[in-house]
Parts: sequence; C-alpha cells; structure tokens
Amino acid sequence: MPMVEIRDVFKTYDGGFQALGGVNLDIKEGEILALLGPNGAGKTTLISAICGITLPTSGTITVGGHDVVERYRQARSIVGLVPQEITLEPFEKVINTVRFSRGLFGLPRDDARIESILRKLSLWDKRDTPIRALSGGMKRRVLIAKALSHEPRVLFLDEPTAGVDVELRRDMWDIVNELKADGVTIILTTHYIEEAEAIADRVGVIDKGQILLVEEKDSLMNRMGHKELRVELDEPLTEVPGGFDGFDLRIERDGKALVYSYDTSAERTGIARLMAGLTDAGIAVRDVSTVQNSLEDIFVGLVSAKQEDEA
Amino acid sequence: MNWGAVIAIYKFEMARFFRTLTQSFVSPVISTSLYFVVFGAAIGSRIDQVEGVSYGAFIVPGLIMLSVITQAISNASFGIYFPKFIGTINELLSAPLSFLEIVLGYVGAAATKALFIGVVILATAALFVDVVIQNPLAMIAFLLLTCLSFALLGFIIGIWASNFEQLQLVPLLVVTPLVFLGGAFYSISMLPPFWQTVTLFNPVVYLISGFRWSFYGLADVPIGLSLLAIGGFTLLCLAVIWWIFKTGWRIRN
Repeated sequence: MPMVEIRDVFKTYDGGFQALGGVNLDIKEGEILALLGPNGAGKTTLISAICGITLPTSGTITVGGHDVVERYRQARSIVGLVPQEITLEPFEKVINTVRFSRGLFGLPRDDARIESILRKLSLWDKRDTPIRALSGGMKRRVLIAKALSHEPRVLFLDEPTAGVDVELRRDMWDIVNELKADGVTIILTTHYIEEAEAIADRVGVIDKGQILLVEEKDSLMNRMGHKELRVELDEPLTEVPGGFDGFDLRIERDGKALVYSYDTSAERTGIARLMAGLTDAGIAVRDVSTVQNSLEDIFVGLVSAKQEDEA
Repeated sequence: MNWGAVIAIYKFEMARFFRTLTQSFVSPVISTSLYFVVFGAAIGSRIDQVEGVSYGAFIVPGLIMLSVITQAISNASFGIYFPKFIGTINELLSAPLSFLEIVLGYVGAAATKALFIGVVILATAALFVDVVIQNPLAMIAFLLLTCLSFALLGFIIGIWASNFEQLQLVPLLVVTPLVFLGGAFYSISMLPPFWQTVTLFNPVVYLISGFRWSFYGLADVPIGLSLLAIGGFTLLCLAVIWWIFKTGWRIRN
C-alpha cells in the first residue's frame, strides 16, 4: 500500500483558477520523492491538499491508508510540513514555538527530544531568542524543528532550500538522510534540480496542475540522459569533417572543439569508431571529456515538449 | 478529542497576554479610574442616587461589562486573525485538530483574559466606591457567559476579517455604541418613554441590566429575560461557528 495515494484530485480556487487538474500519484513508504515544477505548477496546492490546508474540489487523498478528509485526525497525525513561506509568530521564543507544534499534535511534552532537534539544527543556543530577532536562515531552521517536533512519518518539505546558505542546505540534506534511514517518507518540492538529483529516489514532474511523469531518478536519467563527448583539438576545424555519417557532431569554440552527443543507453556508443576515424583523418586530439545531461535538461525538455503539444 | 492541542493553544495565547501584561493590566485600570473621575465624581455629584444606589456604585456593573465585552471581542478576534495574517494558521489547519479544539483554545484564552480584566476592574472600582454583590452566583454566571459569548463573537469577526480595518469595524461601529447605549451609565427609566422602547431592541441592555441586578437587585428588564438573552446570544454564536466549521468558510479555500 502506498504511503500517500492521490486519485483524480482537482482543485479550482474560488476565483476560478484551476491549480490541480486531475492529479494521480502514489508515494511509497520510506522513499524520497522530489516534485519538480516551475512556479505556479501546483506543487504547493498539492501539498496543501494532502496536509489539510485546502480542500480538494474533487478526488481523494489518503495518507497511511486514512482519507485526509474523512479521517483527518489519523492522516494528519503522521504528517509534518515545512512550508515554503516563513510563517512564524514573531514575538514568541524559539523553544516555545517548537513545543507548541508538538502540543498541537496532542503529544506529551518531551524536553529531551526538543533539545536534540534544536541541537541538530544549531538552534539550541538561540532557544530563548524571540523569532523576530533571528536571521532568515535561522527562521527556516525553526520551521524544520517545528515539523520534526511531532515525529512525522511523512514529511513535506516545500522548497526547503530556496534562498538558504550552503551550510543550512548541507545540514538539511543530512537530516533528510537521517530521517530516511528511520523510514520516514519524504516529499520535497524544489526548482533546484541539483537538489532532486542529489537526494531523491524518484522524481515527479508537475506542470499546470498535472503530473507529467514520475520515475526512478536513475532510470529517468538513463532513459532520457544524453552524454556529450567533447574532443579538444590542436588545430581548429572549419567544418564538421566528412566520413562520420550517423554521428551527431558539431563544432564549438571556433572549431577548436568537436562535440559528439550520444545516447548512453544505446547498444554501441560509437566512441571507439569516432576516435579511430579522427586518427585516420589526421586530426590531432589534445584532450577528451564527457558531460552527462542533467535533470534540468530533462525537465526543460519535458515542459517545453508539453507546451508544443498544446500549441 | 485532542485535549493536548487545546491546552497548547490556550497556553500559547495566554503567554501572549502575559508578555504584554503592562498593557493588558494597566490600561483597563487607568481607563476605569478615568471613568470614575469623569462620570462618578464630576457627573455623579449632580445625580446623587439612582434608585437608592449612589451613582458611582451604580455604574460599576456597566463599566465592567463595557471592558469585558470589548476585551473579549478584541482578544478573540485578534487571536485568530493574527495567525491568518502571518500565515501560521496553516500549522493549525495541518494539525490533527477539529475546529472545535481550535475554538476552545482561542475562545477559552480570550474569555479568560476578559474575565481577568473584569476582576481587575471590579477590584479597582472597590477602591473608589462601596460595591455590594447581592447575588454572587448570578454575578459570576453573567460574567462568565458574557466573557464566553463575546469571545465567540470575536472569533467569528477574526475569521471573517480580511484586513485590520475590518477587524476594528464591528467593535467600533456596532459593539461600542450598543454598549454605551445599553444602560452602562444610566437606568433606562431615566429615558423618555419613546427611547425606552427603542432601547429594548438593544441586546446589551439585557446583559447590563441582569448584571446590575446581581449587584444591587436593580433591573431594567426582568432577570429571566436577561438570562434568556445572554443564553440565546451564546447559542447563536455557537451556531455560526458550527456553520463556519462545516463549510470551511474563509479558512480552507
């Protein structure tokens, strides 16, 4: 049974804007799913519908087998949310607001746990500081501490690293890995593709309120991944040399580099044949490098392909 | 029932009150003292007695009601509006809470604050005039019901308001005039007959009359009617809140 099951979910806001247009998605227990999408794609609306912040117009969502509307108590009690916007009571002390979050979930006070969370997030020294006196990065840490305070089994991180420093990003990835080791299911929305690439098990792409694709990150990258072989030359070429039919070649850097794109999943990549051909043609090679297509290229490809379909 | 959450919200809200204790505590004391100086000393010296009670003592129940009603509304409306304004309401909405628990936490805290201020004003008033409470039980019942029902009304206003201006609108344009014209500073019998009849349409009249009865045994309207009015008002507020809860009005859209 999936940890989160989303079936035919539509959401149209009062103003008539359709934020979700029939979303179907299963999220497996214990995985890290990255939801990628441009601004306004529906990422936050989808999370809001799962967490109970907004009611879907139609469709059903279950978390841990509990319907989020009918059995909201059971469903929400295992869900933690780190919102995208920094929403914190400015005059309250750090430790009180974190305790408050735990209290809201009906859990008994547990100072040892709160202390360990605050220490992990480098907030312990700031525990008695009013929130308005914290920096933006520190406030984001407080939001994470609040979400972790009630021991969620499913954690939503809505654009967690937007505008945070390198240190926090690293801390956050450490925490995500620790949670994953504990079996927590993590859903992360981002438009930083490196983030998805670095920590996700699966990647979903959402645009205009619809899921375009959900796939294992590795297979996605293999399937759609292209690699480029870059051959740096001693003598510049004026044009792509003849005799390489069937090779996708182009010249760059005023003829000083020859770039070959190939499909990593093809049976024969043709690299050996290319290199032999160059030697035969008397073209001297200075250096060779390869570059893997990133998720970003895949993502841009998907979103623009969809736009072309619609056009 | 998630009682832990009710207690968490209640404590969080009360912490806000105690953070601003000077403001919460000193301002009602000062304004009550001012009312005594202006109404009690200056005007009261010319009025002498109202139905056998000195004017200074006569206005005590009305003064308490005035502050309790205003404070209950403003605390409850601000209490729920502020999380809406800064976005922390999402935390409430995504927690395993029913609307009932949210209402209990916020309304409970606001009613407590209003009650606290009511007691402070009563104590301050006792420094200026001889306050007699003939029916302490009735007094406590009226005070508690008023704190509760107007905190409920405040909660509704806080949910309804979409900016700070609207938050002030109802208290300023509706509640304050009704309270001032509700017999806080005079007995209805002092009015011309026509205005006596008009005044009977003001719900606050029933409250202040009943509350004053519990002090001095003086009432403008029968005590049963007063109880009925405050009970009915509480039920009405509860019904509106129940409807908000059913529809998710202004919350989960």
